[in-house]
Amino acid sequence: MKVCITASGPQMSDPSDPRFGRCSYFVFLDLATKSVEAVANPNLEAAGGAGIRSAELVASREVAAVITGHVGPNAFRTLEAAGIPVFIGARGTVNEAAAAYEEGRLQKAEAPDSGSKSGMRP
Amino acid sequence: MIIAVASGKGGTGKTTIAVNLALVSGKAMLLDCDVEEPNAHLFLKPRISSKEEVAVPVPFVDTARCTGCGQCAKVCSYNAIAVVPSPGKKASVLVFPHLCHACGACSLLCPAGAIREEPRRIGEIEEGVCGDLGFAHGRLGIGEVLSPFLIRRLKERISSSVLTIIDAPPGTSCPVVAAIRGVDVCVLVTEPTPFGLHDLTLAVDVVRQMRIPFGVVINRAGLGDDAVEAYCRNERIPILARIPFDREIAARYSAGQVLVEGPGPMRDLFFQLYQNVCRVKDEADRCVER
Repeated sequence: MKVCITASGPQMSDPSDPRFGRCSYFVFLDLATKSVEAVANPNLEAAGGAGIRSAELVASREVAAVITGHVGPNAFRTLEAAGIPVFIGARGTVNEAAAAYEEGRLQKAEAPDSGSKSGMRP
Repeated sequence: MIIAVASGKGGTGKTTIAVNLALVSGKAMLLDCDVEEPNAHLFLKPRISSKEEVAVPVPFVDTARCTGCGQCAKVCSYNAIAVVPSPGKKASVLVFPHLCHACGACSLLCPAGAIREEPRRIGEIEEGVCGDLGFAHGRLGIGEVLSPFLIRRLKERISSSVLTIIDAPPGTSCPVVAAIRGVDVCVLVTEPTPFGLHDLTLAVDVVRQMRIPFGVVINRAGLGDDAVEAYCRNERIPILARIPFDREIAARYSAGQVLVEGPGPMRDLFFQLYQNVCRVKDEADRCVER
């Protein structure tokens, strides 16, 4: 089973990124084999719709869950349509965020928990 | 002739200049293109006689025809459409109408012909008269962002036989470009302060790139410093008028009054401004002929 963790760098030891649409990297982790693939986020500089495009990118890779800090309304709607649950409240490194998810310590988002454009704040 | 009154900085006095310029020029049409917060009507108090609802075409996907190919999302420059694989379906197409800029690419390029466009209201245009003056302004709906669309619709009221004065929005972004595109002369209003100068230079870059003949009006002259005067001298930009920094002008503005009612120095000043604007246009016309 593959999950996607939003990250500020490409390594498992890099800090996780609390933003979804405008995170620096998407780290795709296969929980069974522990294989890792990191994809630099091409939507960092989008004027608008970063969450939508990022959700499309993640949805094209057959992931079972998204693990991030917060999720905005457009990203949430897009991921929901793709049938991908979002787990919010991730903290620490990518490794720690993945562990928290596996141990059931992250909360499944039932609704967006941040507003549009909140990923643009410094 | 079409004259646009613009500025880099907000609050420099665009509306004051546009309204009083229109009043001294006799029979004219004033278009308040600052559709996010139109205020010229507060001074002109026009009698509004008609109202037009303005809508933009946004995509609507016929799921029966849609093949889920994703072409619509790919061609959308504004990220307003998402196509994602969906459990139990070929794909889900999501439209985000508030991000849509109504460019029409998705419906034009959908290979299955599954996208039709439906109107979505973004604002309204009100039209009326104020004495000899024709008047129209746009009012963008709350939360809407497509001011250029509304501004272009408003500018369809321009007639080549009537002098038109456009009160442009502040800044240098898309709404300003939409408001000043195609005008004969642009009047850039500034104030003699460091902020005024900084934002004036940005506005000058815009009108130069758009090849619009222009000049500067210094409002609140006497305040601040001489840097705007020096800049205009160095750049060979004509100063079309200087409106003094004066308590009486501020008091009239605050009371929603115009400055050129009845004869007096303000009327002369604005009439001189109008003549200077005409001179800028004449010179530009001569340059084109040469």
